[in-house]
Parts: sequence; structure tokens; C-alpha cells
Amino acid sequence: MNREDSIKAQQQTKPYVAATPWLDPKAKPFIQIKGLSKQFNDFLAVDNVTLDIYKGELFTILGGSGCGKSTLLRMLAGFETPSEGQIIIDGVDMASIPAYDRPINMMFQSYAVFPHMTVEQNIGYGLKKDKLGKAEIATRVKDMLELVQLSELAKRKPHHLSGGQRQRVALARALIKQPKVLLLDEPLAALDKKLREQTQFELMNLQYELGITFVVVTHDQEEAMTLSDRVAVMDAGKFVQTGTPTQVYESPNNCFVADFFGTINLFNATVISTDTTTKTLRAELETTGTQLTASSEAEFAIGTEVIIGVRPEKIIVSQQRPEGDHLTITKGAVEDLAYYGNRSLYKVRSQSGRIIQVSAQNYQRSEALALEWDDKVYLSWDSSCNVVLSE
Amino acid sequence: MSDSKPVLTTRYRQPLGDKLWRRFVIGVPYFWLLLFFLAPFAIVFKISFATPIVAQPPFTQLFDFGTDTTHWLLATWDNYRFLTEDNLYWVSYFKSIKIAAISTFICLLVGYPMAYGIARAAPTTRNILLMLVILPFWTSFLLRVYAWMGLLGKNGIVNSLLINIGLIDSPLQMLYTDMAVYLGIVYTYIPFMILPLYATLEKMDTSLHDAAADLGAKPWQTFIDVTLPLSMPGIIAGSLLVFIPAIGEYVIPALLGGLDSLMIGRTLYDEFFVNRDWPLASAVATILLIIVVIPIMLFQRSQQEPE
Repeated sequence: MNREDSIKAQQQTKPYVAATPWLDPKAKPFIQIKGLSKQFNDFLAVDNVTLDIYKGELFTILGGSGCGKSTLLRMLAGFETPSEGQIIIDGVDMASIPAYDRPINMMFQSYAVFPHMTVEQNIGYGLKKDKLGKAEIATRVKDMLELVQLSELAKRKPHHLSGGQRQRVALARALIKQPKVLLLDEPLAALDKKLREQTQFELMNLQYELGITFVVVTHDQEEAMTLSDRVAVMDAGKFVQTGTPTQVYESPNNCFVADFFGTINLFNATVISTDTTTKTLRAELETTGTQLTASSEAEFAIGTEVIIGVRPEKIIVSQQRPEGDHLTITKGAVEDLAYYGNRSLYKVRSQSGRIIQVSAQNYQRSEALALEWDDKVYLSWDSSCNVVLSE
Repeated sequence: MSDSKPVLTTRYRQPLGDKLWRRFVIGVPYFWLLLFFLAPFAIVFKISFATPIVAQPPFTQLFDFGTDTTHWLLATWDNYRFLTEDNLYWVSYFKSIKIAAISTFICLLVGYPMAYGIARAAPTTRNILLMLVILPFWTSFLLRVYAWMGLLGKNGIVNSLLINIGLIDSPLQMLYTDMAVYLGIVYTYIPFMILPLYATLEKMDTSLHDAAADLGAKPWQTFIDVTLPLSMPGIIAGSLLVFIPAIGEYVIPALLGGLDSLMIGRTLYDEFFVNRDWPLASAVATILLIIVVIPIMLFQRSQQEPE
């Protein structure tokens, strides 16, 4: 059986799923988390979380260490009992169902591959516990080994495998039971950079081909952005923002999300006028008095103090003053620069004395445009790149 | 030493000193073992081929460089042959192996849950529990065995208690039985079972248990499939640490056992001090050593095998 066939064999009859089910009010959520909390002694790890995840989605929970993301995942798997709230998967309340009976499988951060079993035995373990016949287990393990390209290593013990191979064993072991939901705890964290990029695409393809709902937990924002259909950013046990990677990156709710998800320049400003039709407002920067336009979903009263953010890569550095009504323009001097090859990072001290970070694509080979320390430059960006953030 | 390369010579002097120091540190305990274990055993082994005589020492010399040069080696297999002929020794060996094996098994049954509980306890509680396991070592071993005599005797604490609460009318015969021997051995050696078990269980990755549960294993299946096989090194180490001293145990059967609980340690003692048949006693000791060394060698081989 070749790889395509083994994919087909693993594929269940896949119903049509809308590309963005979370926007469809009629779509039925596949995983419903309702008011879920987890209290450890005097520490509230997960604080009243409510979330809907749809069938076939690749959903990522992103947060720093200790934000409660792993506890949430462990409650989904059934390793932790919620203090409060409800988990419903495919219409079934999970409260009374122990971990070993849930239609969920997990790929552990440490992979948790059984060291005393061969690759084959590891992958077949779940089916053996389901009391499947020997012949069926053998064929399904064989197919799965082909799917994750480990056929040659079937008889090996885990400590003869590389990190990437062990990761594939863990993945195959979880997938072979054809779970309704696959949980992945930091799936790429233990791999080196090149392998990570490759595995990332493999995971996405696999998820698409098998149509299994993936819930990924990670602390790596790049991983979250590239993998997910939707991301939930978690902090101190709560979801701070949920949305597509683009939404979360381009329209962050607040400073925490903006800063956690990439880098951002923040300016304190006061609202001087608002325009509800274009959802924009004009604000005056506190330090320099410069006026600028910013887009804002929420409405603010005139005189409100707001924070305006702009991402470093939206800013263009130039030595001539650029022209255009739609541009926000400021002047400054290069204080620090770092050359990364494909791009350069500039730290420009503006007139007001603060540092503005600029990430510029090095789209020319010529060194004529290369900037040096203390060069006087203009910074400009499209005013639509200004976003209003709450604290 | 050439004068042209002083840097090189000083640079190489240091590791040489290290090497000598390392050899010294390892060498001293090995020398100790050689002097006080291997050498005495060689003497015992030699005596086991001698013939008992009424003399000082009470055995013949192995070498005789007298006039008859054809028969200078006076070794004899008689002692070993005698061991196979007299039933007493086989019964003693068998009884020792049986008592040691059953005691080891009981230690494992009792010690495993204890070790598991300690390994899974909160770190502060864990230290207290470990301390409690080691605590009996602070009292003399002999004293603790005597304490059991006080507990199990005809007028001992257990019998008085049972009579007082009216469960029995006359005292039970508990002391000087096999049961008392088992009790004594299990009580004395259980820390040696718990500690290695604890060490393997404590460092076991708990995510493996989660993984088994996640794949559909019920808690008891997780135990059989994952916990038990992965704690095998601890089980083997603990069992050897209990089995080996238990098989040659002399004090416990002598003090707590009945006349019929003739373990090999007691037979050995009797041959040596009562019958004063040193060659035969030496043969008994040599065979005992072989019985004990075989399981250790099997264990070492199992450790060396690539997993």
C-alpha cells in the first residue's frame, strides 16, 4: 500500500466543513467548553473559560508558561478533573468519562513513547487495549507506519530513534485510534529549526487529509501562527483573545496580545475626534503632539487616553520625506541596527526621544541604501496600520 | 625531560597525577575487599578439601612436601561427597532457599505498594516517609529481633492482648515457628526492598502513565503494561538485596525459629562450632556462596543486555 492509499484508509467519510465554521451561526460546535475552571489549592490555573471548537479545525491555545494552557489540555484529555464547568465533545458530556474511555488521543510534549516497547508495539498499543484482533492490529499498524514513514524502524526500540522519529511514533500512536479529537502538547518544541519547519507542514497536511480536529497547545507564537485555523491567546487562566492568526496579529485586543504575538511599537495618545462610519479615530500623541489616524473597532469618547500600536514591519525607513495624505510620518536618527540578511532591524530614536523599532525587508542587493548609525531618517507608515489597544 | 619544551611537560604532568589519584581512590577499597573477603574465602575454599583431625588447627594440610614426592597434594572430595550423601544438608539448603524466596516475595508484595506510595507522595511527605523506612536501622538489629521475641512469646504482648480481649483462651505458639522466622526476615529486610523500588519508581516519567490511560488502558492495565515492566530493575535489585542475606541468615532462625527450622546458616554454625568439622563446614559455605553468586551473575547479565 502506498502513502496515498494509506491516507485514504485512515480517512473517515469526511463531511463538508465550511472553511470558517465559527462565523456560521448555524454551525454546531464539536467541542464545547463551558465555564471551565481548575483550582489547585490556592492557585486558580484555569479561570472560567468558555470556548467552542468546530469539527476539523486546527485550534491553537497560545500562552506563556503557567498561563493554564496545559491544565486546560489535561482537563480535555481527562487527566485533571475540572473544579467547575463542563466539557462536551460531539454532544457527550465528558464529566463522568475517564481518560481511557474518551474519544480523544494526545501527543505528549515529552512524546511519552513507551521505552520498553518497539515502535510497532507502541503504535499498536491503543488498538490492543481496544481488544481488536491480532490481524487487524497488524494491518492498521503497518498502514500507520507507512503514513508516518517509519516502516523500516518498526522493530526498533525508542532509544535508537532520533527526536523527530520519536515524535512521529507518538503521533502515529495517537492517530491510529482515529480519535475525534487529537490533542498536541507543544508538538514541535523539542525539534530543531529545520525539522520543525518540515514537521509543521506535515502536521498541517495530515490534519487536512484525516479531517481530525486538532487542539494544539504552544508557547511559540510562530508555531501558533503558521499551524492554526484559529488561535486563543491565554493569560492567567483566561482567554485574552480568540481569532484567526491574522485577526490576532493585525487587530490585537490589547497590549498583552500585541506584545506576546510579535513585536509592536506602542504610543500613548489622547482621542481628539472619532469617525464611526470608517471606524477610525484621530488622536494626539502625548509626547510630541503629532496627530494621527488609527482604526478602532471599539468606540472611544473624545479625551480618552488610548494606546496606539504599530508593528515594526509596517514602517518604511527613508532618507527623503515621503509624500501622501494617508501616511503617518515622523523623523528620527538611527541609534542601533542589526543586519539579518533577509531583513534589517533598526532602532530609531524619534524627535520625542523614544525608540521606534523598524523591521525592513532588504529588497535590494545594493549597499547604496544601507543606513549607518546616527543617520537622519524619516519613518512613515500607512495610517491604517495604526491600531488602538486597551491596556 | 628536555629543556626546550617546558610547557608541554608541565601540561602533561597534571593528568598523570589525576590518573594516579583515581587509581588510588578505587584501589584502596578493592584492596580492602581482596584482603578481607577474597583471601579469607580462598582459605575457606582450601580447607573444604582437607580432612578433619583432632589437632590445632583441626584439619590436615593441603600440601605435604615430605619424602613422598608423588603425593604432595592431599586434596579430597570427601567433604563435598558427604554433603550429597547426608539428607540433612539438602534439607537445610532447600529450606533456606524456600524461606528466603518466600520472604523475598512477601517483601515485594508489601514493599511495592509502599515504595509506590512514597514515590507519588508530595516531596515533603516523601522525605518523612523515607526517613521512617530507614529509621529501624538506628537500633541494633539484634535488639530488634529480641523485641520480636518479647512480642511473640508465650507470655508476650500479642498473646496477652489476645487473651485479654477474649479472642483466645490459651496462648498461641507463635515464637519458635516458621511464621516467626518469616516475620523476622520480612521485618528486617523490607527496607532493602523498598529503597531500590522507590528509586526506580520515583524517576519514572508520569507522562507514560498518562499516555497509557490516553490510549485506553484502565489503571490496572497501565500498571501491568507500563509501571511493572519499567520498574523491573528495582524489583530485581530489591529482591537480590533481600534474598541473598536471607538465605544465609543465622540470627533470625536461631532466635525466632523452632528446632525444625534448620536453615543452612544454623547447619553451618553447628558443623563449625559444635562438631568442629571445619572442612565440612567450609564445603557447606562454598556451596552456599555458589547458590548466592548465581542469581547475582544472572542479574548482572540482565543489566548488561541492551534494552
